[in-house]
Amino acid sequence: MAAVMPAPAQSRLLMSGNEAVARAVWESGVKVAAAYPGTPATEMLEVISTYPDLYSEWSVNEKTSLEVAFGAAMAGSRAFCAMKHVGLNVASDALMTLTLTGVAGGLVIAVADDVGLSSSQNEQDSRFWGRFAHVPVLEPADSQEAYEYTKLAYALSERFQTVVILRMTTRICHVKALVTVGERVAHVGAGFQKDPARWVMVPGAAQKRIPLMFQREAELRAEAEVSALNFVEAGSDRRVGFVTSGPAYMHVKEAFPEAPVLKLGLSYPAPFEKIRAFAATVDNCVVVEEVEPLLETELKAQGIRLAGKDLLPRSGELSPPVLKPAVGRLLGEAVAEPEQKPARAVAPLPVFPRPPTMCVACPHLGVYYTLSQLRNITISGDIGCYTLGFGHPWNALDACISMGASMGMALGLDKGRGESDKDKKIVAVIGDSTFLHMGMQGLLDIVYNKGNVTVLLLDNRAVGMTGGQDNPGNGRDIHGEEAPRVDFAKLVKALGVKDERVHVVNPYELPTLFKTLRDETKIPEPSVIITNQPCVLIQDYHKLKPFTVIDDKCTGCGNCLDTGCPAIHVTKRDSVVKPSGKTVDLAFVRIESSVCTGCGLCVQPCAPDAIVHADKVIQIKALQRH
Amino acid sequence: MSDNITNILVVGVGGQGVMTATEILAEAAIALGHDVKKTEVAGMAQRGGVVSSHLRFGPKVLSPQIAPGSADILLAFEAAEGMRWRHMMRPDALALINTGNLAPPVVELGLFEYPADPVGEMRKSGARVFAFDASAIANGLGDIRLGNTVMLGAIADHLPFSAEALERCVLQRFARKGEKVIEMNRQAFAAGRAAAAEAQRTQDVREAVSA
Ligand code: SF4
Ligand code: SF4
Repeated sequence: MAAVMPAPAQSRLLMSGNEAVARAVWESGVKVAAAYPGTPATEMLEVISTYPDLYSEWSVNEKTSLEVAFGAAMAGSRAFCAMKHVGLNVASDALMTLTLTGVAGGLVIAVADDVGLSSSQNEQDSRFWGRFAHVPVLEPADSQEAYEYTKLAYALSERFQTVVILRMTTRICHVKALVTVGERVAHVGAGFQKDPARWVMVPGAAQKRIPLMFQREAELRAEAEVSALNFVEAGSDRRVGFVTSGPAYMHVKEAFPEAPVLKLGLSYPAPFEKIRAFAATVDNCVVVEEVEPLLETELKAQGIRLAGKDLLPRSGELSPPVLKPAVGRLLGEAVAEPEQKPARAVAPLPVFPRPPTMCVACPHLGVYYTLSQLRNITISGDIGCYTLGFGHPWNALDACISMGASMGMALGLDKGRGESDKDKKIVAVIGDSTFLHMGMQGLLDIVYNKGNVTVLLLDNRAVGMTGGQDNPGNGRDIHGEEAPRVDFAKLVKALGVKDERVHVVNPYELPTLFKTLRDETKIPEPSVIITNQPCVLIQDYHKLKPFTVIDDKCTGCGNCLDTGCPAIHVTKRDSVVKPSGKTVDLAFVRIESSVCTGCGLCVQPCAPDAIVHADKVIQIKALQRH
Repeated sequence: MSDNITNILVVGVGGQGVMTATEILAEAAIALGHDVKKTEVAGMAQRGGVVSSHLRFGPKVLSPQIAPGSADILLAFEAAEGMRWRHMMRPDALALINTGNLAPPVVELGLFEYPADPVGEMRKSGARVFAFDASAIANGLGDIRLGNTVMLGAIADHLPFSAEALERCVLQRFARKGEKVIEMNRQAFAAGRAAAAEAQRTQDVREAVSA
């Protein structure tokens, strides 16, 4: 990342798609850039924030980031915002109206689709938003194109006075490839021109803009027919030709180097005539697209004969080994396994799963440990590191759908109780950044409608999952500079939670946490428990002296393992028969002192005091020697 | 190496420095004039989960992903992770494996078992494997974080370019960290290189005996 920023023009740099977009944004003379962090889009703004001479921010959510960028574009400046696919759902409210107003300065939304779901709650195809909002969609295939298309997107945006969607996927965002970069060209905004008929979308005004939007769409389709972004590569083997876009193009080229290809860089609005003419030149035409059969459906509606998702998978990433046999089948070839050679393809060897887990000493460990010790509760969760509380050893999360939804869901669980859960305590868990993103309204709803919900607001002063980005909860901005910091206790009180129902608790103090949770879940009123320790990956976290286990004292109860700290390892398993006749499994442990941060969490459930500071043991040993 | 493209798959556990190692390999390939693509999955998986980083280089690279059965070298920072990605290897591929084990919480909790002999299992499946304890070497040199450089040293003699070219890139990374850090990495690189050579020697002996 660091190498990207100052490199002079004509440098060839190894850049991820995200870095390439960032560089192009800067070169395009963009004035305002905003985003809420989200994998795989996060690095775009992270890199942009390192460039001088433009304003960048972490917004509280994607809708806000689009609104900020739009404001700048309204003022005639070039503006940018980035988000992951689910972020565009959040921002869609703004999008659906600013497709009517259009823009003055160029406005590009880079949307990163998590094809293959590496870290998202769903897999969706953001190209639909282009159709829905009638705005053009550009689809780069690699870092170089991500860079070039971003610059072209600004030209297109200004020429047609529309927002442009730059559709990225994981395999562009996080693929590093060589990019030749250029120079920054200054762009001077014209300033805001008052024009209520355009910028004030009351029904009467909006209605007049709708025909203009469709006219623009028609002009864009004509542009797509002639655009150099949509090009044919003639091939020598005309048995099958491909219509493709984005990284799928690379897979097609690698799998079928001899086949004719029509690559769509400006894929919406699609150039129907160009595609029709192309399809006529090949025996079979196949649309290769990730994820949905979007183009395919449109083209079939145009009466163009072609194949697509009847051959190819409807979800997940495409790749040459996926394409080869599928298309081979279409051609009636005996389908060979991906690698021909004497390759007896090796079946995967069975190995235990290694799901992601919370970090060593994560402040959420104590919270989930405590939740797992409580009975009779239903836990409504949210998006972020604490979602990992659904896994072992805690198993302490019952639901999670989207950012900020935990509290609304909790209220629903409360109001919609059935006979079997009439006495259940309802807990909602949400993080600081998530709370500010979309959570506040949910809490307000709980308060307003007198819900019986205990909210755990886990303030770790970072957007943890995406790598510890700053937000209004930690008092730093995107450049790491000081910024006003939200006081969560005051904030939730302002939303109407009673003073005595708001508690700030150190999540490493298990007895206090346990007592507060037990007490508050008993009281049938909205209450909020705020935990106040930083994520271990950010600068606010300070390591303490590491702990170790005294082998002779460890009874093998395994209580410390229930905290889920990955620094604790089992050295030996055993089982004993209790006087009651019950067999109890034992697990003797050691602590990896090189990674233990000394948070002291595992010390608390250890009854025989077998966990002590590592230096004490060294001292004891030293004494014994004398 | 197929179509003049070299496919290296680097795997391990979130936090082990898999991505940095791949990045350095990529830099070396670029320095020697190759076209390069490198990819991995980030985000949630990084929290102690499975990490795999694909590096492809050659005259011209199209698809960024290494297809199953087509990795030329598997560089595994953790033994069981080597097993997990075994199916990505070409029949004649080489696996370089750090035998230092990292058991995840689900194993510590007794829900799953860590394989007794991951390297043995890989050999049984027909893979050519050079294995050694890179974590121990790194610890011995004074910092577990040197494991990265040890593994790069191990791969150095198996690339389509010289070990010295890779070493230059490794040391460049630490150029600003002072002479002491550079020296430690120089040693780690050499130790990894020697360990791989030793592993190759014993493996060759084993193969000669069993033949
Ligand atoms: S990144 Fe921070 S919040 Fe996330 S699991 Fe690690 S310590 Fe916890
Ligand atoms: S004190 Fe215990 S819980 Fe805390 S980091 Fe060390 S091993 Fe983990």
